[in-house]
Amino acid sequence: MAATVSSERDDVVPPIQRALREGLYAGAIALGLFVLFIGLRTDQNISNELILVQRWLLLALVVIATAIGRFVYVGYAQPAMERAKAEKAKAPAAVAEPGFVRQNFNKIGIVVLLLYPIAMVLAFGFQGSLKWVDNFGIQILIYVMLAWGLNIVVGLAGLLDLGYVAFYAVGAYAYALLGTHFGLSFWILLPAAGCMAAFWGVMLGFPVLRLRGDYLAIVTLAFGEIIRLVIINWREVTNGSAGISGIPKVSFFGLMSFNVSDPNYIAKVLHIAQSGAYYKIFLYYLILALCFLTAFVTIRLRRLPVGRAWEALREDEIACRSLGINTTTTKLTAFATGAMFGGFAGSFFAARQGFVSPESFVFLESAIILAIVVLGGMGSLGGIAVAALVMIGGTEILRELGFLKVVFGPDFTPELYRMLLFGMAMVIVMLWKPRGFVGSREPTAFLKERRAVSGSFTKEGHG
Amino acid sequence: MNATPSSSDFILQVEHLSMKFGGLVAIGDLSFQARRGEITALIGPNGAGKTTVFNCITGFYKPTEGMITLNKRDGSTYLLERLPNHEIPARANVARTFQNIRLFSGMTLLENLLVAQHNKLMKASGYTFLGLFGFPSYRQASAESIELARHWLEKANLVDRADDPAGDLPYGAQRRLEIARAMCTGPELLCLDEPAAGLNPRESAALNELLMDIKNSTSILLIEHDMSVVMQISDHVVVLEYGRKISDGSPQTVRTDPRVIAAYLGVDDEEVQEVLVEVGDEDVIEQLDTGPDSVHGPGNSASMMVGPVSDTVEHADEGERVTVSKGASKAAQVDARAASIAGKPQSAAKPATKSSTAKAAPKKPAAKETASKPTAGKPGGRK
Repeated sequence: MAATVSSERDDVVPPIQRALREGLYAGAIALGLFVLFIGLRTDQNISNELILVQRWLLLALVVIATAIGRFVYVGYAQPAMERAKAEKAKAPAAVAEPGFVRQNFNKIGIVVLLLYPIAMVLAFGFQGSLKWVDNFGIQILIYVMLAWGLNIVVGLAGLLDLGYVAFYAVGAYAYALLGTHFGLSFWILLPAAGCMAAFWGVMLGFPVLRLRGDYLAIVTLAFGEIIRLVIINWREVTNGSAGISGIPKVSFFGLMSFNVSDPNYIAKVLHIAQSGAYYKIFLYYLILALCFLTAFVTIRLRRLPVGRAWEALREDEIACRSLGINTTTTKLTAFATGAMFGGFAGSFFAARQGFVSPESFVFLESAIILAIVVLGGMGSLGGIAVAALVMIGGTEILRELGFLKVVFGPDFTPELYRMLLFGMAMVIVMLWKPRGFVGSREPTAFLKERRAVSGSFTKEGHG
Repeated sequence: MNATPSSSDFILQVEHLSMKFGGLVAIGDLSFQARRGEITALIGPNGAGKTTVFNCITGFYKPTEGMITLNKRDGSTYLLERLPNHEIPARANVARTFQNIRLFSGMTLLENLLVAQHNKLMKASGYTFLGLFGFPSYRQASAESIELARHWLEKANLVDRADDPAGDLPYGAQRRLEIARAMCTGPELLCLDEPAAGLNPRESAALNELLMDIKNSTSILLIEHDMSVVMQISDHVVVLEYGRKISDGSPQTVRTDPRVIAAYLGVDDEEVQEVLVEVGDEDVIEQLDTGPDSVHGPGNSASMMVGPVSDTVEHADEGERVTVSKGASKAAQVDARAASIAGKPQSAAKPATKSSTAKAAPKKPAAKETASKPTAGKPGGRK
């Protein structure tokens, strides 16, 4: 009863008065919370004694900022949002024709990706483009490819795989070992690494066929760790945590080399100035081609019976069996196909770095790849590509926060806040779009017209 | 089954099927046949083991004992209890639907029907490899499969919604879609688990029409509670109670079978007592005893509505052996009553109940004591 009375009173009081009151409350709460966190700080003085530094000014600033923030939000932002909502509801429900960008999203994306290195070279010169092509372009595209590979397992077949990085490691070490010991070319080892990763995908698949959901996730997680620990401890072969260096570079289909000392070095053959950027640009187009291959195969597979069976498996496994679908082979092919693309990406990674060590294949990598898939919207290639751009490009761009030093003083190290900002951004995105950037599903066949299936109908899979 | 037709007349022959879960006998020594081109209905009260029979036929359970033979039109024969789960629809062409609808709700109606044609399309796509490179043979097979899907969508009256997600359909349409999906696998035997459950009369009539249409090409095995559906469309009815067959025949004979009526409506406690008094035979009284022994709970009333089903299953001490208590089966009571009137209580027990009485025989002594006269009189007294 008391609650209703107070809420009625809330309606009656003018918003400014209410905002004032709420602002004061917020300030009081902030004061209570932060008085020990911010107001007092323990430190050492010059003779190593523990002293208490009092920072009342900073505390006051934080409390006032909180109070004013709440005041503005309740007093101005909230009514404004409500007004906007009411206006939107009043306005006739005109079905907004999707804009030009949205309609041709894929085409524009492909064109931008193809022109990206050229634009970077034009903008920053060969040497200046290195950072943009390598740290951003190649880095993001590797993750796009990994996420598209994992998307087959998690997004389509609905099998939660937390150890995907294991296949990435298998591919990378396959290329690193066979390339350094036997001098085989990248173009032979790329499919070999893919096959090897697919083989391990099947190896992982067999024991986990009966597992579902959380149990499956735990076992795949363990599998990822097993591969990493084997790599660390099998010193005779993998050189342990020291890693393998001197991995041969990729050649231009055997015609031209990117080693300055080789007689067929690209600059010598084409009579142009020496630069490290050629190799990076070549690698960029190589990973782009691999990404396109992944996308092409995924799109094709979705329209083939095996791809439909994967999605059906995600929706309802028992119904699948009642329709004569062999769920064992269907699951294994999903694991194998996903792992194969992980292996491709791994061997590319090894070729690009020239060095592999177990450090690169920790659980965090699996988690990031899975986060990209979830953030992008499970099953959607476009959404996942955007998510990879945001996640990987975002963390990279956060390294460039030097300007914050101007705001917060020279002691401020923005790199430390990189992951914090990143985590906050993820939480906000998941609140705003709980099913990822692209929550809807494109049907693989249609009778009259192709309509996207809303995300509320699709299932996430259970095992 | 008066005449002895050749086995190929029957599409499905279930012989001595038993299914035990630990100590619980879900199906005990069940035998029945389903004729080709007919609708065979499997009915019985809740918990009678109908769905378990379905799960055995479609390979979701491996039966403990017994043989399930499927005779295909081309003369080939499959022993379903030996086939792996997914090969039963794929090779023996038995399709099924589920009591709680299992559609691929995030996929469109058309996709649902295409998934059902998985094995055919898989072959056409050269196990993915030819399809991946876009060979024309796959494209043709794909177009054909869409045509088949359209055919069944039209039959199920769902063609307008072909591109909507299956989860968006109303309940009755989901039921029809599940049947259409099962039909897309090209089955010779279609097993429907309560297709009319939760349908309104109009939807139910539409369903009957669809089933009569399917019947022309495919034999149907049907579990149903809705008696109007069963009586209207089925050619042959098998009635189960506590995992045992109590009646078998045309809808008319089954409808009037006193054992079936008793199984559904229960037997009056007074009637039971009347029989006991009339006979006065201790052995018969024991045989008719309505309750499980008092050690294992109450439930010594004859009325089906009184105790939960679990009360009617009694756990004997010898090993894993568990039987349905004699009194639980209403059909058995009817039999015994008929027998007592005839004056030959033991020999006249009908074959259908023989197994139940035989199994119940090795009872432990304690149970025997409680099963004697005073307890037997109790239900009437309590009432």
